[in-house]
Amino acid sequence: MDSFLQQQTRRHFFEKCGVGLGSIALSDLMMRDGLAAPSRSGDPMALRKPPYKAKAKNVIFLFMAGGPSHLELFEDKPKLREFHGQLPPESLVKGKRFAFLGEGARLLGSERKFEAYGESRMQLSELFPNHQKIVDDVCWLRGMKTDVFNHGPAKLFMNTGFQVPGRPSMGSWVTYGIGSESRDLPGFVVLQSGPRGPRAGNALWSAGFLPSSYQGVPFRGSGDPILNLANPDGITGERQRDFFDVVGKLNRERLAVTKDPEISTRINAYEMAYRMQSSAPELMDLSGESQATLDLYGAERGGNSYANNCLLARRLIERGVRFVQLYHTDWDHHGGPGQTLGKDLEKVTQQVDQASAALVLDLKQRGLLEDTIVVWGGEFGRTPMGETRDGKIGGRDHHIDAFTMWAAGGGFRPGMTFGKTDDFGYEVVDQKIHVHDLHATILHQLGFDHEKLTFRFQGRDFRLTDVHGRVVKEVLS
Amino acid sequence: MYFGKWLQISICLIFGLAVATARSEDAVDFNRDIRPILSDKCFQCHGPDEETLEAGLRLDQRDSAVREEAIIPGNADGSELIARILTKDTDDIMPPPKVKKPLTTEEAELLRRWIDEGAEYAGHWAFEPIASMAAPELSENSKVNHPIDRFILSRLEDKGLTLSPEADPHTLARRIALDLTGLLPAPDRVESFVAEWNQDSDFAVSGYVDEMLASKHYGERWGRHWLDQARYADSNGYTIDGERTMWPYRDWVIRAVNEDMPFDEFTIKQIAGDLLPDPDKATLVATGFHRNTLINQEGGTDDEQFRNEEMVDRVNTTGAVWMGLTLGCAQCHTHKYDPISHREYFEMFAFFNQGEDINNVSTTIEVGEGELFLENPDPEKTKALDAAKAELATLEKSKAARQKVWEKSILEAKATTGVAKWNRIKPSQFSALGGDILKVLEDDSLLAAPGAPMEEYRVSLPSAKTPTAAMRLRLLPHESLPKNGPGLASNGNIVLTRVEFFREGKPVVVKEAEHDHAQPGFSGAFTIDGNPETGWAINVGKGTAPGVKMNAEHEIRFIFAESIPAGSEMDVVLYHEKNASYNIGRFAWERSETAPPVMRDEKLLTSLRVPAKERSDADKKFLAAEFARLDVEKRAALAAISEARSNLGIGREVRTMIMKDRAEPRETFVHLRGDFLRHDEETGPVSPGVPAVLPELPKLEDPERRRNRLDLAHWLVREDHPLTPRVTVNRVWMRYFGRGIVETENDFGTQGAYPTHPELLDWLAGNFVGNGWSMKHLHKLILTSATYRQSSISNDSAKKDPLNHLLARQARIRVEAEIVRDAALSASGLLHPKIGGPGVMPPQPDGVYAFTQRKVSWVAAKGPDRYRRALYTKFYRSAPYPLLTTFDSPDFQSVCTARVRSNTPLQSLTLANDEAMIELAQGLGAKLLREVAGTDSTANRDRIRRAFLLCYSRPPSEGELEALVEFQEKQRASFAADEEGAGAFVPEEVPEGFDAATAASWSALARALMNTDEFITRE
Repeated sequence: MDSFLQQQTRRHFFEKCGVGLGSIALSDLMMRDGLAAPSRSGDPMALRKPPYKAKAKNVIFLFMAGGPSHLELFEDKPKLREFHGQLPPESLVKGKRFAFLGEGARLLGSERKFEAYGESRMQLSELFPNHQKIVDDVCWLRGMKTDVFNHGPAKLFMNTGFQVPGRPSMGSWVTYGIGSESRDLPGFVVLQSGPRGPRAGNALWSAGFLPSSYQGVPFRGSGDPILNLANPDGITGERQRDFFDVVGKLNRERLAVTKDPEISTRINAYEMAYRMQSSAPELMDLSGESQATLDLYGAERGGNSYANNCLLARRLIERGVRFVQLYHTDWDHHGGPGQTLGKDLEKVTQQVDQASAALVLDLKQRGLLEDTIVVWGGEFGRTPMGETRDGKIGGRDHHIDAFTMWAAGGGFRPGMTFGKTDDFGYEVVDQKIHVHDLHATILHQLGFDHEKLTFRFQGRDFRLTDVHGRVVKEVLS
Repeated sequence: MYFGKWLQISICLIFGLAVATARSEDAVDFNRDIRPILSDKCFQCHGPDEETLEAGLRLDQRDSAVREEAIIPGNADGSELIARILTKDTDDIMPPPKVKKPLTTEEAELLRRWIDEGAEYAGHWAFEPIASMAAPELSENSKVNHPIDRFILSRLEDKGLTLSPEADPHTLARRIALDLTGLLPAPDRVESFVAEWNQDSDFAVSGYVDEMLASKHYGERWGRHWLDQARYADSNGYTIDGERTMWPYRDWVIRAVNEDMPFDEFTIKQIAGDLLPDPDKATLVATGFHRNTLINQEGGTDDEQFRNEEMVDRVNTTGAVWMGLTLGCAQCHTHKYDPISHREYFEMFAFFNQGEDINNVSTTIEVGEGELFLENPDPEKTKALDAAKAELATLEKSKAARQKVWEKSILEAKATTGVAKWNRIKPSQFSALGGDILKVLEDDSLLAAPGAPMEEYRVSLPSAKTPTAAMRLRLLPHESLPKNGPGLASNGNIVLTRVEFFREGKPVVVKEAEHDHAQPGFSGAFTIDGNPETGWAINVGKGTAPGVKMNAEHEIRFIFAESIPAGSEMDVVLYHEKNASYNIGRFAWERSETAPPVMRDEKLLTSLRVPAKERSDADKKFLAAEFARLDVEKRAALAAISEARSNLGIGREVRTMIMKDRAEPRETFVHLRGDFLRHDEETGPVSPGVPAVLPELPKLEDPERRRNRLDLAHWLVREDHPLTPRVTVNRVWMRYFGRGIVETENDFGTQGAYPTHPELLDWLAGNFVGNGWSMKHLHKLILTSATYRQSSISNDSAKKDPLNHLLARQARIRVEAEIVRDAALSASGLLHPKIGGPGVMPPQPDGVYAFTQRKVSWVAAKGPDRYRRALYTKFYRSAPYPLLTTFDSPDFQSVCTARVRSNTPLQSLTLANDEAMIELAQGLGAKLLREVAGTDSTANRDRIRRAFLLCYSRPPSEGELEALVEFQEKQRASFAADEEGAGAFVPEEVPEGFDAATAASWSALARALMNTDEFITRE
């Protein structure tokens, strides 16, 4: 069949895009956008060389949905403790808007103990003991800044560079740009743990106006990882093979009549679907992982947790998947029931601390960290002022002016702390990284010029970084 | 300024080079050859936006270019423009290297020739009036009469090409049916069409097209295209994504399309129906078009911010849908390429900025199910419904007064002493939504098997010899029920939401409904309050009497306002509308000639004895609630409304969102950099207006009057509007050929593509307007052309015109997501053809909500709603039905004027394994067995031929036939050795005379046929 396929004219995969690009070949599109043409006919995930020299090949984005408090985890602010219970200086809050806080919100000192670790002397709170092990492997981004203070729009912003739904996510842009090495698994995979899915749902891994082949494919932690992966009831492996064979035969008969290469593409797609039916369960099956590895992550065979997902992320990368995104809910610690900075925050940090660190260590020991960027963070930080719910001050509101993320591997400088905030952790005073800058930097490491990775939609050339973004060379080695 | 960073070669250039470049012998055409170059490479610094203008030179205006001596007409070598693009000096060269848009040699040469030929400018073609065109005369092909073919052939002949031969009649039958109705044609109709076509192909096609255009499914097919542009969905979007009721708007679209409402009227009603004089209900529903914008219900949001997002969306959608303009580019600054200023954007914005809705539901209107499809409703019946509603409104007003009377009557009532004597009634007839699930037991009770998730039991009761004062519904346990019942919920509970009694078709008013026991918050009285959201349930909990059990006999007594005369037949309907599967499992009806004594709650009497002035708030609230519960008059009014509705032929009423402007106009300012918080106070408020490059709005007769959406709507459909007719016919063309005459169907601006057939586009646009904006006329015109009817099989023309811009063949087009399902539904014979109504829930794979914040209670319909066309499938923007998005349905966050068409492994997995698809394959398998008897080799071959007709509207080739014969035999043998597997894969009902292995093997064959590329392709 392969030789037959190779005889087919190389026609594009997408007959028509919603953007009026019509039947211009995908390869034309990509060359026009400064990308290499797909190497194989018809496969949107075919491997393509990035336009510039790449320092990294893959991305694992550990998305902490809800907005982790930088003031409880990464930033020790004695002044905040000193001025606990007082009104913040007016210069800080004047003209600012918050999701829930009204006027008169008072400063809230953290009750968490901090210490500096490793050669980098990065501060970590008691809530993240395992992060001590990776403190010198990670580049700490303490000057993060975003634009929006509601969960949905802020998550969209972190993922797509826009606050409204309908734009491509980072994983979509990347796979659109360079395809994926995996032939049996989707190029962009999304995993989820925690009590519920992230707000804004599938818009977060949407391909937006890019062809839908580039949208993230959610893998479920239990049951069939992909929808419709299992054979229908009553269809054995042999019958499924017979089915794929006869469909292939009928398709080839029609191809001979119509000579439409689109049919070759469909024949290809069916073959890949068949392979996916065995490769996806194989991916989820942790029986080949040693007990030591499972213990490193805190994962369990047959489990469905953040720890399992971190291990799956490594397995996905090993199998050539380009972009993996993990969502973990819920970090939204406003102070109400189930949302306190006390035991509720402790619970989520326990769920996340060990496995996040384990992923970095595991990738490193397997030599995968060089090629893989691991990013950790949420859609925003939390206010230095406390929020009162149920009459008790037990939480913080959404904060967009300063928060902490970290990045490891893929050329990010290990052990570096970048970004300074003021005494209250309210504003970034130096080494600011806006969300657009983070996007530009990640794309840069993957071999793109973020200003050139564009797609025309409704008459405009859109890009992940909109009209902004700066490659933060300072954090790159 | 930042546009400078964007690197993109114009689309025009790509096929400019392929098909539309000036041949060396032709004169250079400004619009076709020059504007794309200037627009893409020069305008960002030398174009309309004054903020980024360099050196005061505008190359979009000839005056400026000549005045600044960039261009000396007739003298390219003396022109600075040519010198600057040819120089080797990197400081001087244009465009500057930093904008990363170097000119090609061909482009430089074109510019040189153009200047030498006089550097004539022309207005952008799409903004020029639509030219009145005659179809070209062809050299020799005098047989060709159809104007479309003459336009197409004239271009083809230039290239030495011609049209492909007409497609075979089987292909045509399927192509036309899919294009116009989205369903596969019935085999009989295919065969009769083929016979007609063999007699007289033109006559056959014309008749067939008329038939399809008259089908009510045409409105679904073409309505769906329009709904894409209207970004219609059944949820609010963003993170909460709560459900909304917009399906009446969807129904309005279907009806308007079916009626061939002229497109100008269609436009006016949707943009501004509310502003027309005395708009009727349907016209108000039409304004739902712009209420399809998202609403953000997340806590802590700034409503004004999201209202602003809605306004932006309304402006951009209007620009894209009617004008094919990318107005959104002017939201933050003056458009870099098109003559649309930042201020003009907000003049358009001002039309929409008057709405009452602020990121909320706001204005709604009540619409009954089916109401928008009523044909000539009887005005008397409409009046009766209005009167019944007015009566209810009056009762609501007099509530306080009536409550007083009621209080008095209870206090003064003597204790009733009647004793009820109950007699069991044997039902004469009964039915349920889920089909044949009820059966009578020996004791005249009815036992239910699981049916539809939200069952509706209808029971007819024979007449009695004595009057009936009360009836009693008894819930009875049974061993077949979960936990012995009496309900079908997994714990044996029920939620009975409403009970309706009819005597000879007329509703009977119930005075009281009394339960023996009720779950807290689920009183028996809720069964007669007319509210489908409340009901009677029987679980035990805090507040129920000690010792009461759920899984036991229970009863509810209905006491009628007036005794039912002897000799009356009765019908009773039991509704379970609140919780899926909380249906009654076993029940019986009993009647009594005397009413039982009404038990008065001690709490009620105690509260009533307190003088009105001294009652506590809690008492007042309690009494008001009790009165509402027992308000007989209100119940009578509700029954009258329900009767009037059913007389009129409409179902339950819902409230749907419509447009309404505020009484006090809102001031609109230019938003600096598009930021809604930064109003440009300097330039002051802007008035509603349209871009100056387009025709002017008519002068106001009353200069004081503020222009509104109605002015905009009328303006959009002016006969001399250069854009609306062109954009509209272009999109119709796109559906039939896979690509528009203007490829960038949503960008008719200067960055868009030049038309492949500009004269044809104008001819079609003129013809469309000249024929009263009739869509059906336009469809018929296109579908009867040889261009449409030609074969899509690839041929030698592909070498000369690989992308088929000149249309030397038809296109093979993968059908849209909805049509994938609809084709399978129609092939399987399971399709339920009902038009319109609330959204439905067909089966979907488990795990759809593993990734969403909110979990929708998706209960797959049993019964007919399981098999409705895909456009009726409920669409949640944050978690759409997976099959739809897998096949490139957009998520309707914003306008979609043309869908992407991809071809992926996830699509293959869906078609191959999805439960809903398998069920349809099994349906087709069963249908084949029912329609063709026998199991010998001849019968099997006949059956495969039949399957081909059903799925592909054609007979199989010899190779296909043999492959499938072999496949079926192998599957049959394999299933015969695996009883369990066969049992799992057989259709729900195995047709008589076939064993399980045979039935399963034909399901397997049907599955294969539904998985080919051809099945989901319009050829």
